[in-house]
Amino acid sequence: MQIFGLWVAAFFTLGIISFLYKDNPWYKVCESIFVGISAGYWFVTLFWDNIYSLFYLGVAERGNYSLYVGAVLGLMMLLRLIPQIGWISRWPLAFVVGATAGLYIINYFASNIMVQVENTLTPLFADAFNQPTFSASVYNSIGNIVVAVGTFTGLVYFFFSKEHKGFMGGMAKIGIWTIMITFGASFGYTVMSRMSLLIGRMDFIFGDWLQLIK
Amino acid sequence: MRREIPLIITAVVGIFFVLQYFIPHPPFNQLNGWFSDWFSIIGACAIWLGALNLIRISADKIYRRREDWGYAIIIIISFLLITIIGFWEGNAFRDSGTGFDWLYRFIYTPLSATMFALLAFFVASASYRAFRARNLEATLLLLAAFFVMLGRVPVGDALAGIFHVPESILPSSIATWIMNFINTAGQRAILIGIALGIVSTSLRIILGIERSYLGGE
Repeated sequence: MQIFGLWVAAFFTLGIISFLYKDNPWYKVCESIFVGISAGYWFVTLFWDNIYSLFYLGVAERGNYSLYVGAVLGLMMLLRLIPQIGWISRWPLAFVVGATAGLYIINYFASNIMVQVENTLTPLFADAFNQPTFSASVYNSIGNIVVAVGTFTGLVYFFFSKEHKGFMGGMAKIGIWTIMITFGASFGYTVMSRMSLLIGRMDFIFGDWLQLIK
Repeated sequence: MRREIPLIITAVVGIFFVLQYFIPHPPFNQLNGWFSDWFSIIGACAIWLGALNLIRISADKIYRRREDWGYAIIIIISFLLITIIGFWEGNAFRDSGTGFDWLYRFIYTPLSATMFALLAFFVASASYRAFRARNLEATLLLLAAFFVMLGRVPVGDALAGIFHVPESILPSSIATWIMNFINTAGQRAILIGIALGIVSTSLRIILGIERSYLGGE
């Protein structure tokens, strides 16, 4: 079964790669199987994890009857399939949207605003607040200045309530340079991660499957 | 009533989730756990909706003999195959040696990994078209991407070694410096901007100003 599995995996790997030549039936078969298998995978996984383990065992073994509320809201979501009473599905949707909005206000404010601002407000020429001034190396000092200036000017670039002219325009210009370098770095990083995946697939084909790489 | 009740639910639940952060005592901390569980159960039901929709659209395509309808049959068969095996094998469906595990290891994993690996070629193709140093901004983007890519592979430093480049300006050192400082600054500005946007949008949703999630009447 293991050997057969390797051949199946190789068949699908090459099928997806065949798209590089052009869109073809082999690729479309693999793509369709990917769609069906992915949907089925999450369907089964969420059923056993959330409906069976969380809801069923929660009620039957742990006596947590509050879970019935979640089940009722979940069933209401499915009413979307019946056009006449589909509007009821808005209630669980409203619950999810409200909960997400409430959580995001706190979480994003705490982690993405407060923490990021705190981490930016560091001494420029010292390693920490309790260290003597100019205790940091030149390398770190330049880096600290770049981070402080880059973050501030980047934010200025995103501030559209005032026209980017004069001093404001100069800062926005530095901001866009910082952001362009960030995009370039992110792009390079993404390319390398995709390359790593590609190397993994090549390693599978030439190593695991064809046994050409030992 | 069809719009008012959902708006009230959104407001009450949203305000509750904000309040519970500041009151980590019963019943608020207990209700938080309940809401999280309900959230998970609703999510599991929502995937039923998605799966049934996928089957319905595929079946409709087959019934009407639309273009490429044969592939819709493959979608349904592969969906049913993994679903039936997954349900048949019970709660231990993920265990090593099960049919579900076999499908996951030899079909799902290679397909998803290759699908994402394929993006390497498309990204390379896109970059060939987009990366033209037309102005200063595009040049900065190009240089940053070049040094990060070159700095992440051993051949970058090896090439620089041939020309006796000092250690401090080796491609890997430049890549590390860009990632640690300029990238941090840019990411921070973007993160703070996104967070401010999310906070304001969330407030609009809770206050009932933003209602697009309810759809049209």
